[in-house]
Amino acid sequence: MSQSEAAEPSAPSTVTPGMEKVFTRSPLLGTNTHSLCPGCGEPNAVRVLMENIEEMGERENTVCVLGIGCYTAFAALMDVDCQQAMHGRAPAQATGLKRVLPDRLVFTLQGDGDMITEGIQEVIHAAARGEKITAICLNNAAFGETGGHMTATSVIGQRTKSTLEGRTPERHGYPIRLPEMLMGFEGVAYLARGTVHTPAGVKKTKKLLRAALETQRRGLGFSLVEVVTMCPTGWFVTPGEGPKFQQENLLPVFPVGELKRPRSLTV
Amino acid sequence: MSVVKQVETAGAGAAPGAPRAFLEGGHALAEGAIQAGCRFYCGYPMTPSTEVLEYMARRMPQVGGVCINVEAEIEGINMVWGATGGGVRSMIASTTNGMSLMQESMSEMVLGRVPAVIVNMGRGQGDYFQCTRGGGHGSHRMIVLAPGSAQEAVDTAYRAFHLAEKWRHPVLIYGDFMLSHTSETVSFAPPPDTLDPLPAKTWVTDGARGRKPRLLTSLGMRLKEDASAGAPAEIGPGGGHGGTDTTRPMRDTVARHREIAAVETRVETAWLDDAKMVITAFGIVGRFARYAAKLAREEGMKVGYVRPYTLVPFPYETYADVGSRGIPVAVFENNAGQMVQDVRLGVEGRAPVHFIGEISMDGSGFGVGPKIDALHVLEKIREVYPRRNAA
Repeated sequence: MSQSEAAEPSAPSTVTPGMEKVFTRSPLLGTNTHSLCPGCGEPNAVRVLMENIEEMGERENTVCVLGIGCYTAFAALMDVDCQQAMHGRAPAQATGLKRVLPDRLVFTLQGDGDMITEGIQEVIHAAARGEKITAICLNNAAFGETGGHMTATSVIGQRTKSTLEGRTPERHGYPIRLPEMLMGFEGVAYLARGTVHTPAGVKKTKKLLRAALETQRRGLGFSLVEVVTMCPTGWFVTPGEGPKFQQENLLPVFPVGELKRPRSLTV
Repeated sequence: MSVVKQVETAGAGAAPGAPRAFLEGGHALAEGAIQAGCRFYCGYPMTPSTEVLEYMARRMPQVGGVCINVEAEIEGINMVWGATGGGVRSMIASTTNGMSLMQESMSEMVLGRVPAVIVNMGRGQGDYFQCTRGGGHGSHRMIVLAPGSAQEAVDTAYRAFHLAEKWRHPVLIYGDFMLSHTSETVSFAPPPDTLDPLPAKTWVTDGARGRKPRLLTSLGMRLKEDASAGAPAEIGPGGGHGGTDTTRPMRDTVARHREIAAVETRVETAWLDDAKMVITAFGIVGRFARYAAKLAREEGMKVGYVRPYTLVPFPYETYADVGSRGIPVAVFENNAGQMVQDVRLGVEGRAPVHFIGEISMDGSGFGVGPKIDALHVLEKIREVYPRRNAA
């Protein structure tokens, strides 16, 4: 996944005559490189997230509160103010920040291990209070940073270093579908799940994130997007096999699409 | 070598014409915080910090601030982290067990240099170790202030926010049930030592308006404008993983605490010049010890008095001076003997150190037991007073 500086898309002056420039790195991404594993899905999600913030004109009005996981390293790449939170606690930290600076765009960037395993209380109460923040969960169904251990979203049958023969309901319980769980909360305005394992999925995820951020900008309530991301390292497959593994094993458990949307939202 | 300053005693903070009120200690501290500019408060109800929450729930909306009744102390401490990071003076109060829950975040707020104010209205004085050492991790130390009266609670609220921003360091205020519930007349004026200009708030992450983005972190990432270190740094190749020095916040914290100890140590002392024995206690219990020392002097016992106001940094030098004169020290605390360890570190074997305190609670276990009594302390003084040396 890492792009080298040499591979940076051409500047406009060097676009071949007759060719249209259709893609460039968002100026809100500090560099073209990241330190995550080959085949990781998280950079895809962060890229479209930053594109949204740029397109919304919110670069100087945004604060990201980061959980603890591989994606914490994106603090170095995202050209917005960032606060690092304790493992699982980002929704609480974002609440404090948003309450004292209600006109800022405040989002959390967390993983499934951070938001759903360690910190489910924080996200549930933030949702119930209807905090006007956007919670973003990068769900790869594994603790990637520790090297592939079971999280609360690991799917039945998934092999991890702590479920060696695969997750079983008898011994390890069932995976949690957080957006579905929050459906009945009055304070929740927007819920969606996206994927980044196909180009179409990345494009759709960008729209879901935009809708969530717009929900916050309009003060309509709590918004959450879960993005299913590839973690070939944590799934013990090759980078190339990541999207197929995700399609076959994760997406049946975590269906993509919008679950809840404010009627007034037109984005 | 530290300069140990005298802390102004109760009531001395009153300035002519300053607004006055008759308030119990918990409410006095809360109002002091509001007067000091606190505009975000959250708490989980638990006696005796509940009173701070109740007061803030009424007062914060009146001053345009925020008060949240949180669902857990762990959420609360992290809300305070976020609000402080937004540049707003923020405070949380909890009690004993709730403080135990917050230890992870408190440790990291020291390492990440988040200048919040945290209050432990404890049950008795059994949290001395928790407050001064903590259950936390990673070479962290708190700045810990222990007010002994409602007026000092007011002064301490001003001072806590001042010290927090001066050193870019969280500050812990340690009171107890008796302080929280004892009503006294207080006046509201910032103590003179809190009027110095404060450094620029380089930690504030409020949307990077007209400046480079900042990262507020305890992980030692060297990034962007680097709100962590306060010094500009470049993004390392590969981002955070490449630019991280996780030991730096710990080393910096240790070094900073040497600086803090050198200039911020505060203590209340009395009658040390002719003392044949010294009684020492902290917090509101110190007032019983001071009165007992006065009664002892009326009986002809030359008893001196020391009350540490800063538990961290601890006034070791004061005890070193006492110890170097061979004067025995009696430590009275409402616990099984915790501050006595710091007293021994200060005395360093040069004089006897007697522990004369004990756990003394009422039926509720909240901390106003029968032994928190000047006549009881006087009796303990009589037991350990060095008769052979008596004048």
